[in-house]
Amino acid sequence: MTAEWLLPLIWAGIIGSAVVLYVILDGFDLGIGMLFPFAKDNAERDQMMASIAPFWDGNETWLVMGGVGLLVAFPLAYAIVMPALYLPVIVMLLALVFRGVAFEFREIGANKALWNTAFAGGSTLAGLSQGVILGGMIQGIAVKEGAYAGGTFDWATPFALLCGFGVAFGYALLGATWLTMKTKGPLAERARTQATWLLLVVLGFMAAVSLWTPLEFPRIRQRWFSLPNLFYLWPVPLLTALTAFAAWRSLSKGGDTVPFVATIGLFLLGFLGLVISSFPYLVPPFLTIWQTAAAPSSQRFMLAGTLVLLPLILGYTAYVYWLFRGKIGPGENYHG
Amino acid sequence: MDFDPVLLARLQFAFTIAFHIIFPSFTIGLSAYIATLHVTAWLTGQDRFLRIARFWTKIFAVSFGMGVVSGVVISYELGTNWSRFSRIAGNVIGPLAGYEVLSAFFLEASFLAILLFGGKRVPRWLHVLSAVIVAVGTAISAFWILSANSWMHTPAGHEIRDGVAVPVNWWAIVFNPSFPYRLAHMLNASYLTAGFVVLAVSCRYLLRGDHVDEARTMLRMAIGLLVVLAPLQIFIGDQHGLNTLAHQPTKIAAMEAHWDSSKPGDFHIFAWPDAKAEKNHFEISIPHGSSLILTHEWNGRIPGLKDVPPGDRPPLVTVFFAFRIMIAIGFFLAAAAICGAFLWWRGKLFETRWYLLVMAQTWWMGFVAVIAGWVVTESGRQPWIVQGILRTADATSPVIGPAIAVTFALFFVVYGIIFSAGIYFINRLIVKGLDAATTDQPAVRLGGALAAAGKDTGGGA
Repeated sequence: MTAEWLLPLIWAGIIGSAVVLYVILDGFDLGIGMLFPFAKDNAERDQMMASIAPFWDGNETWLVMGGVGLLVAFPLAYAIVMPALYLPVIVMLLALVFRGVAFEFREIGANKALWNTAFAGGSTLAGLSQGVILGGMIQGIAVKEGAYAGGTFDWATPFALLCGFGVAFGYALLGATWLTMKTKGPLAERARTQATWLLLVVLGFMAAVSLWTPLEFPRIRQRWFSLPNLFYLWPVPLLTALTAFAAWRSLSKGGDTVPFVATIGLFLLGFLGLVISSFPYLVPPFLTIWQTAAAPSSQRFMLAGTLVLLPLILGYTAYVYWLFRGKIGPGENYHG
Repeated sequence: MDFDPVLLARLQFAFTIAFHIIFPSFTIGLSAYIATLHVTAWLTGQDRFLRIARFWTKIFAVSFGMGVVSGVVISYELGTNWSRFSRIAGNVIGPLAGYEVLSAFFLEASFLAILLFGGKRVPRWLHVLSAVIVAVGTAISAFWILSANSWMHTPAGHEIRDGVAVPVNWWAIVFNPSFPYRLAHMLNASYLTAGFVVLAVSCRYLLRGDHVDEARTMLRMAIGLLVVLAPLQIFIGDQHGLNTLAHQPTKIAAMEAHWDSSKPGDFHIFAWPDAKAEKNHFEISIPHGSSLILTHEWNGRIPGLKDVPPGDRPPLVTVFFAFRIMIAIGFFLAAAAICGAFLWWRGKLFETRWYLLVMAQTWWMGFVAVIAGWVVTESGRQPWIVQGILRTADATSPVIGPAIAVTFALFFVVYGIIFSAGIYFINRLIVKGLDAATTDQPAVRLGGALAAAGKDTGGGA
């Protein structure tokens, strides 16, 4: 085992974990933005906001970690993916600007409606673009001589759009189950109903992506349906079905925490499915994690710091979640 | 219209990063001020400091949020606008940015949450510590990003293999030759910027007769800091200039608009550098001024623009004037701080109305100086993106001009809205003043008794 072989593998694991953490953590607060228009009044929206106010900034930092991590460990992939997905990336960033400032502006400003719209619109657009970015990466990127070789709109396919809506609805489900877990009163009850519907929609999207990818992309069909892979991989869809069932059952029986945890489970299984489909390609169908890896000296230097700092980060992040535990009732917030 | 992708990518990046730097320059300094206030309140038991801290924390939260969202943009723009740069310099720049995320961003986010929302949930020592950690986090962030930026000016500790910069000595990379100067200059600039905002707001309150007790405390704290740091900045700037002279002589030549290195340099107070004619028009100069500043000798030789071919010279007018804006503001602020300290010494600080009137209007000067300084150093490095290694024109992404033009327009509109709203809201918080900020945020548990005591002795500052 050489460092050139092992380091990219470790880094793929670290960045993969960062992306998963981002999707789950920012997923629920983006999802709450998507549910904003369906709240009864501004008091309920205050309650929704209060349930995520101490967390959103830390959550979004995982996005920076994902982007910078890609630059650190796989600069070639970063240099190809960003220009290839130029428009969805920029749209995502702008959408995140709008919804990010809404946290403070909404509280100070007189015009709540304006910043409600900014928060809801920004969150929805960010979720959609992230899904499109995911779809754009799965479907493959044209590469020639180590640079992006496609056009401005190569990413714009029905498949990417399907992924866009899939991820957006997934975030909305995370948001609804978060509200079920972290709030009290009519808001929590409505969120429970919303979560039940969203669960069905999300399962529909997961099924659609699971069918579409092997049908359209031979490399993915090969991965899943050739022998002996099929023997190892059949538990993945089964586990997904069981997890979804657990979420649905708990939602209908009045469970508070299980729906959110089970939704995280669905996201993890979905991510596992994507890893199975694409590994070891980072920029499918041409470049693997080894072909795009940074110099070993860069990966090693960063790994040393990561091994020290990442456990600390996870520790104090967990502390913040523990500190602001408990449900938010109508008219309450964490500092009040 | 011709869509030149290189020009558009540069304009877009310049716009988004100039917009971004406004907020860190303020929040690095302001977080240090808030931490100082919390520690002082804790040690002295005086509630006044806590009230001031709560007021500024609200303003900090708005500015920090805007800094976060505009900073996320930068972390992706290196790929969307500068993918060839990312590929060629990514092995070096990547880990430095990575360390910034891991050692600073997460730290700031988590402990800001405790600072903003945890007052009733954590023991007081942890609340105070959170304020300190946020301040330290912003400084750590500055450490790494300025290291990365400095490496682009004075690259060291790397080798070029197959056209790509590969790190060989991380110590030499992190502590590259211009880094200590740039870090000191920028950190100090942030403390100055925030200090002059605090100064301006306290003057505004004194003129209005509002929060007189707290405003006097703020004014004294600001003057006490600025009278040391503002003159110090002139010294650091001078040292930074000497470092630039050693490593980036062409940038110095552009800053001084000096053409012929065989002649001593005059300091041009004003001139219009003409790149085509290779000379200056309308010069108003101090003879041998630049030679004296840079070499400490009457006839000292300083680099000239003609030392390098025209294609290797930075944009002259931009560098020349941005430099003059920066130093003019720098000297004005140093004079203002010294003047304030003098009035304080004479016991007339709070009664000297003209001083309060002027200083209440100068809150923006630090920001302009910071942006002008960055324009000097970044434009002065052109045509290089990484000095001597990669030219800006060779660093862009394979994205077509119209796509960049459209997103640039979007950035312009969105940032315009966000910036106007941000300024409006911060001003609103300042108009509302301290009392509103205190009632908005319920008194922290420990503050209960202290707050009562503080109100009793409210006039005694």
